[in-house]
Amino acid sequence: MTTVTTANESATPQEHEHHGPEKGIKRWLYTTNHKDIGSLYLWFAFIMFLTGGAMAMVIRAELFQPGLQIVEPHFFNQMTTVHGLIMVFGAVMPAFTGLANWMIPMMIGAPDMALPRMNNLSFWILPFAFAILLASLFVEGGGPAFGWTFYAPLSTTYSGDSTALFVFSVHIMGISSIMGAINVIVTIWNMRAPGMTWMKMPLFVWTWFITAFLLIAVMPVLAGAVTMVLTDKFFGTSFFDAAGGGDPVMFQHIFWFFGHPEVYIMILPAFGIISTIVPTFSRKKLFGYASMVYATASIALLSFVVWAHHMFTTGMPVYAELFFMYCTMLISVPTGVKVFNWVATMWKGAISYEVPMMFSVAFIILFTFGGFSGLMLAITPVDFQYHDTYFVVAHFHYVLVTGAIFSLIAATYYWLPKWTGVMYDIGLAKAHFWCSLISVNVLFFPMHFVGLAGMPRRIPDYSVQFADWNQIISLGGFAFGLSQFIFLALLIKACRKQGEPVDAKVWDGAEGLEWEVESPAPYHTFTKPPKID
Amino acid sequence: MAEHDSSQYYVPAQSPWPIVGAVALFMIAVGAGNLVAHLSRTGEPGWGRYVLIAGIVTILAMMFGWFRDQIKESRAGLHNEQLGVSYRQGMSWFIFSEVMFFAAFFGALFYARMISVPWLGGAGNNEMTNVVLWPQFEAIWPLVTTPDGTQTQAMGYMGLPLINTIILLLSSITIHFAHVGLEQNKRKQLFWMLFVTVLLGCVFLFLQVEEYIHAYQDLGLKLDSGVYGNTFYLLTGFHGMHVTLGTLFLIVMLFRIRAGHFTVDNHFAFQSSVWYWHFVDVVWLCLFVFVYVL
Repeated sequence: MTTVTTANESATPQEHEHHGPEKGIKRWLYTTNHKDIGSLYLWFAFIMFLTGGAMAMVIRAELFQPGLQIVEPHFFNQMTTVHGLIMVFGAVMPAFTGLANWMIPMMIGAPDMALPRMNNLSFWILPFAFAILLASLFVEGGGPAFGWTFYAPLSTTYSGDSTALFVFSVHIMGISSIMGAINVIVTIWNMRAPGMTWMKMPLFVWTWFITAFLLIAVMPVLAGAVTMVLTDKFFGTSFFDAAGGGDPVMFQHIFWFFGHPEVYIMILPAFGIISTIVPTFSRKKLFGYASMVYATASIALLSFVVWAHHMFTTGMPVYAELFFMYCTMLISVPTGVKVFNWVATMWKGAISYEVPMMFSVAFIILFTFGGFSGLMLAITPVDFQYHDTYFVVAHFHYVLVTGAIFSLIAATYYWLPKWTGVMYDIGLAKAHFWCSLISVNVLFFPMHFVGLAGMPRRIPDYSVQFADWNQIISLGGFAFGLSQFIFLALLIKACRKQGEPVDAKVWDGAEGLEWEVESPAPYHTFTKPPKID
Repeated sequence: MAEHDSSQYYVPAQSPWPIVGAVALFMIAVGAGNLVAHLSRTGEPGWGRYVLIAGIVTILAMMFGWFRDQIKESRAGLHNEQLGVSYRQGMSWFIFSEVMFFAAFFGALFYARMISVPWLGGAGNNEMTNVVLWPQFEAIWPLVTTPDGTQTQAMGYMGLPLINTIILLLSSITIHFAHVGLEQNKRKQLFWMLFVTVLLGCVFLFLQVEEYIHAYQDLGLKLDSGVYGNTFYLLTGFHGMHVTLGTLFLIVMLFRIRAGHFTVDNHFAFQSSVWYWHFVDVVWLCLFVFVYVL
């Protein structure tokens, strides 16, 4: 049966002639509802976050002491590889897509995503893709062990048979991402309520619009890269083999042409979240809205011309090193604009520190810290020393864990009452915040020291001089991992509606259409476009 | 911003097809993964081929069912103008993603031609690369002798490639006239012009197969003949796969035209098949210039 919604008097419809969710498993398998699909994405991402986290625990357990104690080196390599793949493609990206699904239609006054059935397909590909990836750990010869960047010749000459499974699972998760991104971009372009002009869109919508563009532009390049790995490994081509006229460094160029925009795919929506939360709890309008939009677009465009800063040590010509160094440093300008705007928004605001704001302020400080270590890595001659050390690991975990993941947690604490209709357990949330904040810094901060002292990344053993710091790092890691169970408990409680019911407008300083519909948000919102002034 | 039909929003009903599609992709990935690994290790296709075939059959069934539902709904007048815009924008972005897929392989071609092969030959400050690794290697393109000595011959652009270029260009013109026929409600012109386009597509594919046979048997130009053969086969091969899909797409359109589908203002599927066809045509022109002529 097809639902055709007709004009309704109320802009925030309560009850309608159209049906609510179906019962049972079919609701989730067949759904076309953006809220259902958003919830599926978010839960999937959280499960993957715990799975990838468990692998990180294996890594930290092995690195607790020098020497080999717990796992074989080959298995250690599989853990670092699959940890990275799962966190990037299984946790951070689907979590942002889940937020996009839940929030964008409500924020722009649309009834749903533009292409709801394709939306469902985008989601359901993911569990299958990751089932393949995880299952590949158990095939003969083990799973992917070449790092999440699968550099040739590690992924070609020296990899196992499971590489084929890896390649095809990346293909189908790429299909999922591209369809998801097309859906987001078309929704934003075509489904905005009348009066919701481009420059009135909430920044979360803007950042996702630009992120979706990046996804459509670079996920196919990743598909090309894995295809060439497949043919090099199994069909005798030599794209990445100098003996046939190719070049292993060419792999890195193609991969990072995808990979660098990819890191902005994982951080631009985070910028949107922080730009939403900070004004709410500062009780001020966002400082410099337009400059935020232009900064986001500039970061996205620049992200296409900086990829080789991942490859300074490959022996590129000097003019290329300089070009990529300068372009990379240029990105800090729009990023700085953002950080200053957040701080300026807080300046003289009536700030209150509810949990989303706590995570947001932590984000601003710690992400900026990760940004600074990025700036250090951008300096070519300095990068020669830092390359492939724990300094790099520290850098990208500051931007991804205290950046992307913290923003996702902040977003969850911000919108969870809207999703469930009840206020979550604030005591647990604060415990989650403080445990995470302290442990994450114990975990990642000392990595700068061991990195600068020369400890290489992706190696299961290390020189005894690094032993003390590595023990501390591992303890921080275990603590951070355990802290996430507080989050899990809180989420389960909230989803079981244990807590005080909340009003439509959960936070008194919040602005936006999503706060005009009741909490929990009804199954269908905005079947008639709301009026926006 | 787009004009809304603001009195009415349309949200499609639940559908079983997406989950069928996800299962199909799962089977394709598992099947292909097993097939490829098994083939390279033992030279025999393993059980993967059956899973792969089942997956392909399932995804075809999914497309059939999904599109059938969609067509029914469209012809029942359930779709509104806004959905039509969403479809068109979605298709445009899909084609953009396809462009970027080909960009990866063109990127590999340009890198090989302009960087890796010249460097192996000692260009720039890479003289020692040449002296130490393969001192007898000469950097010429097409790369008919690889550094490790694999020999092959280059595929010229005269003959089959040129004929194929003309065929595809012609087909772009005929499909344009089919489109014009639809817009002016000349159904005969629509059908026959599209029919000719499909024929030209089939001839192109036939000649492409002939060209591959010629390359393998007469020129010794194979998939594993170094980076020249690699880029040649992956670029023309993926293009050929896209032409195959485009031709199937057009054949479905032929059947739908016969069934009386499409009106002057409601013909998204036809329009997107036309866009897709123009896209494979443009890719071919780039291919012809960079793979064959230059």
